[in-house]
Amino acid sequence: MMPTTEARDFAAGATSPAGAGAIGAPISIRGLGHSYGNLQTIERFDLEVPAHAVLGLVGPSGCGKSTLLELIAGLQEPGQGELEVGGARDSRGRLERCAYMPQRDLLLPWLSAIDNAALALRNRGVSRSAARREAGSYFERFGLGGFERAAPAELSGGMRQRVAFLRTLIADKPLLALDEPFASLDAITRAEMQEWLAQTLASHPRTVVLVTHDVEEALYLCDRVAVLSARPARVVEELRGPAPRAANRDACVTDPKFVVARERAMRSLREGRRGPFVPYSETKAPER
Amino acid sequence: MTAMKRWAPPLLLLATLLGLWQVAASTGWLAEALHLEDFLVPSPAEIGESLWQSRALLAENAWVTLREMLLGLGCALIAGLGFAVALHLSELLRRAFYPLIVASQTIPIIVVAPILVVWFGYGIWPKLAIVALICFFPLALNTLDGLGSVDPEATKMMRTLNASRGQILWRVEAPTALPFAFSGAKIAVAFAAIAAVFGEWAGSDSGLGHLMLQDNAQLETARLFAAVVVLSAMAIALVALVALAERRVVTWR
Repeated sequence: MMPTTEARDFAAGATSPAGAGAIGAPISIRGLGHSYGNLQTIERFDLEVPAHAVLGLVGPSGCGKSTLLELIAGLQEPGQGELEVGGARDSRGRLERCAYMPQRDLLLPWLSAIDNAALALRNRGVSRSAARREAGSYFERFGLGGFERAAPAELSGGMRQRVAFLRTLIADKPLLALDEPFASLDAITRAEMQEWLAQTLASHPRTVVLVTHDVEEALYLCDRVAVLSARPARVVEELRGPAPRAANRDACVTDPKFVVARERAMRSLREGRRGPFVPYSETKAPER
Repeated sequence: MTAMKRWAPPLLLLATLLGLWQVAASTGWLAEALHLEDFLVPSPAEIGESLWQSRALLAENAWVTLREMLLGLGCALIAGLGFAVALHLSELLRRAFYPLIVASQTIPIIVVAPILVVWFGYGIWPKLAIVALICFFPLALNTLDGLGSVDPEATKMMRTLNASRGQILWRVEAPTALPFAFSGAKIAVAFAAIAAVFGEWAGSDSGLGHLMLQDNAQLETARLFAAVVVLSAMAIALVALVALAERRVVTWR
């Protein structure tokens, strides 16, 4: 996917050392293991994600997909194995390359929408007025025009989620780690937000890891979807999303090929939850 | 209308209680029931009269006590917030100090007051020390709990947004702790009046506590009550000021 002019402008405005020049970071995971005490959450996990790919991670609740996301983001140190993000192997380097969007928007209630969006710039030492100017330039495009000074409590669920995503994007990291970003929204808003995110990612390309329990969301938004087994998590199956991604979500998710892929992912999920899983090396992407 | 609705019930209750007290005292029934002389059981009207007649004396001594309260609170605020931040940032300090601080709350600081008078003399210092010691705990403990109540997800989010430890403290933890600190401040302010009076009882030459002791010795019961009224009024006014500041500062709640 070629970056658009807009995306290049975004990257050119980068001032962070990690973001300079790079608008994507490949991920390489080999033999990754992690445990909380005696509980092995991840075991011998392998995954390769090329730069600019949008990877979906779906799996049963408690399978360790959020832990995996935190490991990738550099918020935790792995117990075993290798984990490389954009060339960085240590957690500090991964943290520098990754922006993390938690499930709840976690907008700080004492800051206005624009100051929430500009948090990463302020943390980097950008002055308040300059940070507001830069964050403000996205508000119109993000459907937030006129709400710059609004308190988070005054925004709708979808708007709050868009501010949270803008906050993640403005950090200008090559990798975005999204942990069930739309799980708390109602069905209609969620569908709208998925469509919006697909468009935004098309114009602001990044490497993205999206954790979700919604197979349809993963297949619609992601180039590749890894279906994970129950704990300890392993890749049961890897599917490909529709390419090129249709702008119209309804047209995309009702396409017969999409429906087949979705049902297949659902079946893998059910099988993965029960036990016998297919090792990653033996899985193939479905015929397209 | 809403203000009237809100304040009408407590004000009515207060008026009723004062009215009952007035009747019971002025008819001599209360004194008789307590087997006391009439002049030892003043009515609200007599207390009000004493309040007016001794206004200069009361104001002079109230200022002494208020100054002790405010300066002691100031020390407690600086020490309490500083302590809370230090303990929050250092796991080792927290593990070392926290159990001792909680345990030390069982020491009745008020009974230490005479020792402080021996050490620091009759001036303002022992009162400051007592007010500061008593107000320190609610401020420090509430603020520390507030700093620790931050959503760990928010901290993770800030870490991936390039935030340093200091920036997480200033932009996330401190605002989260503010309402807790204000709760502590309201408790501290209410305690400050009691602490100042106890300090004066241990040894002083002025202040409302000193006046109370004198009135007690001279059986000036009406003026004793008047001093209590002034003391309560000061504490209530300070609590109201803190509540007002909280509403101004913590606008997101």
